[in-house]
Amino acid sequence: MRIKRFTFIPLPSMRQLLLCFLLATAASAADLSSSIEKLRAVGKEGKGNAEATKAWQEVAAADAAALTDILAGMNGANPLAENWLRAAVGVVAERAAAKGGSISIDSLVAFLKDTKNAAAPRVLAFDLIRKSDPAMSDKLAEGLLADPSSELRRYPVTKLIEEGDAALAASKKEAAVATFQKALVAARDEDHIKNVAKKLRDLGTKVDLPRHFGFLMKWQMIAPFTNVERKGFDEVFPPETSIDLTASYPGKGGEAKWVEFESKDDYGMIDFNKPFTMLKEVTGYALAEFNSTEERSAEIRIGCKNGWKVWLNGELLFARDEYHRGMKLDQYKLPCRLKAGKNTILVKCCQNEQTETWTVEWQFQLRLCDSTGTAIAEKM
Amino acid sequence: MNCKFIPLLLSAFCFPISVFPSDWLQFRGPSASGVSTAAKAPAAELKIAWTAELPGRGLSSPIIVGDKVFVTCSSGPEQASLHVFCFDAKSGKKNWERVMRATGRTMSHNKTSVAAPTPCSDGKRVFAQYSSNDLFAFDLDGDLLWLRGLTYDYANASNSLGMSQSPTVIGGTLVVQSENDSESFAAGIDVETGVNKWKIERPKAANWSSAIHWQADGAQPVVALQSSKGLLGIAPDTGAQVWNYEDGASTIPSSAVGAGVIYAVSHGITALLPEGKSVSQLWRNEKLNPGTASPLVLGDHLYVVNGAGVLIKATLKNGEELWKLRLKGPFSGSPVAAGKYIYIASERGDFQVVDTTTKEGSIVQTIPLKETILSTPAISDGAVYVRSDGKLWRLN
Repeated sequence: MRIKRFTFIPLPSMRQLLLCFLLATAASAADLSSSIEKLRAVGKEGKGNAEATKAWQEVAAADAAALTDILAGMNGANPLAENWLRAAVGVVAERAAAKGGSISIDSLVAFLKDTKNAAAPRVLAFDLIRKSDPAMSDKLAEGLLADPSSELRRYPVTKLIEEGDAALAASKKEAAVATFQKALVAARDEDHIKNVAKKLRDLGTKVDLPRHFGFLMKWQMIAPFTNVERKGFDEVFPPETSIDLTASYPGKGGEAKWVEFESKDDYGMIDFNKPFTMLKEVTGYALAEFNSTEERSAEIRIGCKNGWKVWLNGELLFARDEYHRGMKLDQYKLPCRLKAGKNTILVKCCQNEQTETWTVEWQFQLRLCDSTGTAIAEKM
Repeated sequence: MNCKFIPLLLSAFCFPISVFPSDWLQFRGPSASGVSTAAKAPAAELKIAWTAELPGRGLSSPIIVGDKVFVTCSSGPEQASLHVFCFDAKSGKKNWERVMRATGRTMSHNKTSVAAPTPCSDGKRVFAQYSSNDLFAFDLDGDLLWLRGLTYDYANASNSLGMSQSPTVIGGTLVVQSENDSESFAAGIDVETGVNKWKIERPKAANWSSAIHWQADGAQPVVALQSSKGLLGIAPDTGAQVWNYEDGASTIPSSAVGAGVIYAVSHGITALLPEGKSVSQLWRNEKLNPGTASPLVLGDHLYVVNGAGVLIKATLKNGEELWKLRLKGPFSGSPVAAGKYIYIASERGDFQVVDTTTKEGSIVQTIPLKETILSTPAISDGAVYVRSDGKLWRLN
């Protein structure tokens, strides 16, 4: 026999009553602002969750007319608050769709087009438009090729790649090259960039991927300091306290000296094994300079499967002691602030004791870009 | 008030959270041991009752709460969109879907995905965790109750190969694990608020195994956290150590429990009996060597799927092998069981039903689902649920 679920504690009913009440009063933006602020106030380790739970009910019960106000609440919010608000947007939109679709596309389009709004809510606005009015979203996508949001650029870039393929299929090589080049300039995601770069090269066109990505290619490197028992990760070796490119130091199994290294790799790989040979249980450092045209916010993006630390102008940005679990482009994104003029970037890269064939890599790739992944050009 | 309702009313207040024997509330169901405790077992011959489309990747198992099936997946170029679905168990119709955004790292090995940990439920809430360490609590109607970003909180808590440890909920505490080479921890989280009750450091080593429940007669329940170091029994409400087995254990297949004994994936299988603060070894069989799939205890026997896709039946008394049966592998998901049948889906999509009572064991049915399946099935109310990246099936 199927046992029925007891409902003597009428929590669901209370919630439904609250929803009905809130719907009946058609929450206005002013009514919601206090609740939205409570959602924006959430922080680490569950801070503000208790207040947010109740506030979320109020926001999620809002009329579809309040969607852009909820989206605007995501501007400047931390990622946790974004998710609270994102869930509310989803519920409000779902309810509106269930009622036959009463979302104001015009207000969402206006929100999307206003690039002062943050990327996350604009992407969400675009998704809502796409679900409600696919033709409109296709039309809007054409204007997103230079959008500050790399996610929104995906739509027009995908379309350009399709157009380039069609031109190629019609034996219109010049048109195809021009279209692929346009796509490459706009592309910010690795899959798109790889795809388009290959097509262009196959068509005999040069592509400067390091420049497109903003990889730092010229480095001074020093090794091998010790990393026996992985203790080198925490040990402070001389390059962490002062830089003297003419100095040498006692290292693991020999002298540690600075050498110049320039990567020729499309993806900016800085490989310690090349100048220092394949060593184990060692620590190396790499130093690069970047001449910024202005003081500005930026991101240092690093991919590395060794233990690593990164300093910008002497300030430690992040440290990661994971070995040989995988590496990819933009694996770690480190927000930072560049100063005008010369900036120094120091990378510590530790190799561990593992002997499997997949643990020989002792390398990293590092690029400088803005928060959308657009390379920052160096002042020459 | 009609006095006949008083016992019902009292029971409702004493047990405000509704959990039914047919519910399958977490990875490998009741006590995380893979065996259905419901009276109604799936029929001998199964057919596809319904199929639901999923928009993204995932190897988490579905869970079932009453007439609702919950499943997670991840989508987008970086798998940063995190989905929670609720389907009607009878019809497969979508009740609701929530789409959140990863706040932690989404990198993983190609074979796994961000939606690797199986969600869990206390019968009233659904807790969905992802490899990105994002954690969401919804009520059964899809209302967001709270959320956490555990990598947002603890910046080095991630694994570049991906994480898969499934959360478990017990007595008002959600136990989550984020065990990796760097900032490795387990935490007990208040199910009401999403705030830590406790947080303990765990071995700095990548770990994909999930916790199991263990309880001695008349004693408080214990959650056993498995790692390369062994199995640590903790009180779920405080995180305090109850007992500790320190002879090492697997970091992929999880252990099983039967009649108060833990069948640990340690040097093959090691049968452990915790008593007070100590743990006694009852027996060890190093030939009972699980591959990726976790073992299970069904009746008086232990079942192990080894790395070659061979199902081994052994006694609980001393681990002696009784028979071996070659299945159509390979397997990433684990077997589950109800009645006398074991259910398991291969990576190549062959869903197999094994009768464990025949002399040498026998595959009594194979359903080609024609998709890559890396997940563990779930059992509820006479039906088996299994998912691929793109589909969720109900078989009954």
